[in-house]
Amino acid sequence: MKTNQVDVIIVGGGPAGLAAAVRLWNNGVKNILIVEREAYMGGILRQCIHDGFGVGRFGAALSGPEYAQRFIDEVTALQIPYVTRTTVLSVSSDKVVTVVSPNGIQQYAAKAVVFAMGCRERTRGALAIPGERPCGVFTAGVAQSYINMYNLMNGKDVIILGSGDIGMIMARRLTLEGAKVHGVFEVMPYASGLPRNIQQCLNDYDIPLYLSHTVTDIHGDARLKSVTISQVDENLQPIAGTEKEWPCDTLILSVGLIPENELSTGAGVQLDTRTRGALVDENLQTNIPGTFAAGNVLQVHDLVDYVSLEAEQLADGVTRYLTQGALPACNYSVSAGQGVGYVVPQRISGTRDVTFSLRVRRPMRGCTLKIIQNGQVIATKKLPKALPAEMERIKLPVANLQATGDLEVCVE
Amino acid sequence: MIKELTCILCPNGCDLKITCEGRSVENVAGNRCARGEDYAVQELLSPQRNIATSVLVKNGTLPLASVRLTGTIPKDSIFDAVKAIQAVTLTAPVAIGQIVLANVLGLGVDAIATRVVDASCL
Repeated sequence: MKTNQVDVIIVGGGPAGLAAAVRLWNNGVKNILIVEREAYMGGILRQCIHDGFGVGRFGAALSGPEYAQRFIDEVTALQIPYVTRTTVLSVSSDKVVTVVSPNGIQQYAAKAVVFAMGCRERTRGALAIPGERPCGVFTAGVAQSYINMYNLMNGKDVIILGSGDIGMIMARRLTLEGAKVHGVFEVMPYASGLPRNIQQCLNDYDIPLYLSHTVTDIHGDARLKSVTISQVDENLQPIAGTEKEWPCDTLILSVGLIPENELSTGAGVQLDTRTRGALVDENLQTNIPGTFAAGNVLQVHDLVDYVSLEAEQLADGVTRYLTQGALPACNYSVSAGQGVGYVVPQRISGTRDVTFSLRVRRPMRGCTLKIIQNGQVIATKKLPKALPAEMERIKLPVANLQATGDLEVCVE
Repeated sequence: MIKELTCILCPNGCDLKITCEGRSVENVAGNRCARGEDYAVQELLSPQRNIATSVLVKNGTLPLASVRLTGTIPKDSIFDAVKAIQAVTLTAPVAIGQIVLANVLGLGVDAIATRVVDASCL
């Protein structure tokens, strides 16, 4: 098999891959190729037809397809090479990328690989919900693609498990399409999606949100007939005696997203057990030199505007890697401390300012993010409120960093 | 009285505290930008929303084109607006920004396509 030489292979033509490609091109890195498995670029944005994308970046509330098209138009205008209907089969640790398409199998030897595969949904299997296995149980994203891409209605009487943003957006979407959404049930004592979606997707349509509830049984033969819903205690365990049967023909699961890292781990990339994305440095380089990750494959984002920004930060890192042959050693490790679920990047070099992304573990008000090194606070940021649903950022100026000592980010 | 709202204009989702007397707003607090105050007043007096839906496309590479409004409409017109928009069928090719239905329900906003749908080459 002939091996094609390229500087950068970008795995995935969604928002992260597209933004990385445009930035690389504008940085002068032009021997690049975007590899997209679907027939069209744009990734998950293609099915997110609601508005609210691009408020930060473009100052306009665009729909998902419009936001994606702005980048696709740039890729097209710049004539950045891309292939669609092409699936990456494997990436080796020495950055040989094997792909398959209707044209057969091909190999690329790349100087750098950008992982931009996004994430996928947790399913019924991941939650181990007991019961029968009728049709009518969908993940929210699958339900969304049926209704927005293929013109297929999911059902008429709908229960939604999980208050993730896509679940709430689907509650509104299904209501507008004539279904009755009987309620959104969340196992945690707080909503997992954004407050604005509780308002505009649930409250606007009088769809009740039940906190500390979960589905404990599923009933139906060919088609879903009902689900059993129970209250849960503070340990999230169902409380006996609280079971209630809810008739429905559709159950939609919006219960979390998992970075899709099979290709990265195949290349030897180490993952963070909390984000389930790669462990990266400030250039978003993984432990395998010359491989990089950004967007939802690195950490699940709540806003695409930040996915684009992160991918551009990655592109600058890739450009430095190609220009300098290697990136600075990263001897400081960064961990999530009290009240913080995770922090990205997990390693830094101490040669430049770094902005960390993180999520708090539980809803808080009037709190302070702190970066601590050797027992001393070296950066702080005050937040009027913080929610697990919203990613937070804190900047560390390099001047504040001490010569040695690992870092911890915490919230008080 | 004091009413509490979540601003939906941007991802900040500010918690607004509105002090009002009937339909007269005396004070808005909790907003991080000026738009929050306008939103609070609007939300109290006449709530407005943008909406998204889809319309059928003939001879396209996809069966649907997604649609949104160019501006907001009163909340209580949402279902009628969706019905009016869905009565439209487009023929591919469809361009982003193409008007699907002008002046929806006479409310002064247009429904525009938000997806490119190429003509299928059968």
